[in-house]
Amino acid sequence: MSESVLDAGLRPRVGEPVLQLSFTMRLQKIGLNPTLLAGLLLLALVVLVAICAPLLTPYDPIVQKLDEAFQPPLSVNHILGTDNFGRDVWSRILYGTRLDLQIGVISVLFPFVFGSLIGIATGYLGGRLDTFFMRIVDVLMAFPFLILVVAIMSILGPGLGNLYIAFGLVGWIPYARITRGETLATRNLEYVHAARTIGCTTPRIMLRHILPNVIAPGLVYVFTGMVLAILIGATLSYLGLGTQPPTPEWGAMIAAGRQFLLQAWWLTALPGFALLVLGVALSLIGDGLADRQ
Amino acid sequence: MGRASYIRKRLILSVFVLFGVTIVIFGMVHFLPGDPATILLGDRATTQNIAALRDQLGLNRSLPEQYWLFVSGLAQGQMGTSLTFHQPVRDMVLSRVPISIGLAVYAMALAAAITLAFGLLAAVNKGRWIDQVIRVGFLFILTTPSFWFGILLILVLSLGLKWFPVAGFGATLQEHVWYLFLPALTLSLQLSAVLIRNLRSQVILTSRSDFVRTARAKGLHERLVLLRHVLRNALLSTVTIFGLQFGFLVGGTLVIETVFAVPGMGQLLFTSITGRDYPVVQAITVVSAILVIIVNLLVDLSYSFLDPRVTYE
Repeated sequence: MSESVLDAGLRPRVGEPVLQLSFTMRLQKIGLNPTLLAGLLLLALVVLVAICAPLLTPYDPIVQKLDEAFQPPLSVNHILGTDNFGRDVWSRILYGTRLDLQIGVISVLFPFVFGSLIGIATGYLGGRLDTFFMRIVDVLMAFPFLILVVAIMSILGPGLGNLYIAFGLVGWIPYARITRGETLATRNLEYVHAARTIGCTTPRIMLRHILPNVIAPGLVYVFTGMVLAILIGATLSYLGLGTQPPTPEWGAMIAAGRQFLLQAWWLTALPGFALLVLGVALSLIGDGLADRQ
Repeated sequence: MGRASYIRKRLILSVFVLFGVTIVIFGMVHFLPGDPATILLGDRATTQNIAALRDQLGLNRSLPEQYWLFVSGLAQGQMGTSLTFHQPVRDMVLSRVPISIGLAVYAMALAAAITLAFGLLAAVNKGRWIDQVIRVGFLFILTTPSFWFGILLILVLSLGLKWFPVAGFGATLQEHVWYLFLPALTLSLQLSAVLIRNLRSQVILTSRSDFVRTARAKGLHERLVLLRHVLRNALLSTVTIFGLQFGFLVGGTLVIETVFAVPGMGQLLFTSITGRDYPVVQAITVVSAILVIIVNLLVDLSYSFLDPRVTYE
């Protein structure tokens, strides 16, 4: 599709100035494309909502008002209705944004840094270190990711802190694989030989010369990883292993609303839409960044 | 390298991975900080309970001895005794394995049909509105949690339109197919979301090949060109992705079972976690890892049948 857009922009037409750029081309000049722009705008909106949560609602997300329970969406005082404890659903979704964003960011932070460093070290140094880590990767890849996280959580116990530990233990694998592949393709390029010839130390070559050139694909995967982390975080809350009540988290809200499916559909449906919006925003950014390469 | 020696090498690698899997599962309880018996018992950890569990799990022996007992037990199909139900874990887990596998296979079959239909439709109509609708629609499905999507299907198709049962498993084979349709559909839509993206781009790429132009030039019907020439070549990479996604499918299957009350391994897994029944959690983790290893082996071996040009190096 982008080819035809480019053609249309480049081919001079009668009566049109030759250098008029299309919207897409102007975006490309500043390093953006429509997919990336849409994702960034959507994510900015979600982050803004998370920061301004107290300004956007008068209600506390945790305080119960049992006499106001089960009000449907578009009620006079509660735009998205209330739950079985009379808590405002809009407030809980707003405050949940903070937690789900936090889950997305923290869950990928350590895996990304550790996995990328392992990928560079194994790809550049090779030898026994490479064999050792790649065998660990082979073994950990045999486990369904969710089951492995669940098994670790079953030992550590429920809660967000333990969720991050579980992610840290197994989440680095894709980053290590991606960065290792990139490093293997880079290690014999001329600028790396040059650095070695002028006497750069191995850590310096890996961090100053190789890292900036191999980090991009892993960075793109960060956004896929965030979507995955948020979905698994929500799934674990749904199963009672993640965020504990009454903390507002979207997965936990869906789980809590399940038993009222017939009388109050909005308790399960609406937090899921919130997850959908955040997931689409992050996926669009990931796709947009991938297109740019 | 011939096919036979490749299969041999691939089998040895699988055995090695299996060995690693047992170390990870054994290490999970033993290498984490703290006394395993105290951790496993949680709130129920009295001195007496701890001593009893230490004895039952063999924690008073040396680590290598414990590992040997664990692995030799596994090899004989012994997976210990459930801490809450006081039954052999093997019987509890193995009776549920066919149900979970059945659901996963059902989902795979539906996913294959959905992927072929929508992937080809999107590729043939590349850039048109129908392509965009398919892409956006499946992007949405990809970014929603499967348990939520399952609940929505229950809300609309079971409770609203009353087309399908809300939950359960049924008694006869026909009932199984009927009861498991919604859970399998939920799983397959998520799986298809990944596969369709791949199949679409591969079909578009393959359509530009010379042999496809030749097939068209000799007057072959467009449908035959698509199915016999393009699709067969495009499928190879989709099958690879399919294999890589199998781990996610197993994880998803276990979660979806809890949503639709399907009495498979997932339901047992999550009740066992709540009841801190670690031997059961351990057994289910082993079984799902073995399933993933077997499927990845089958996927690797299937290449040569899909594409005779594939050589093993």
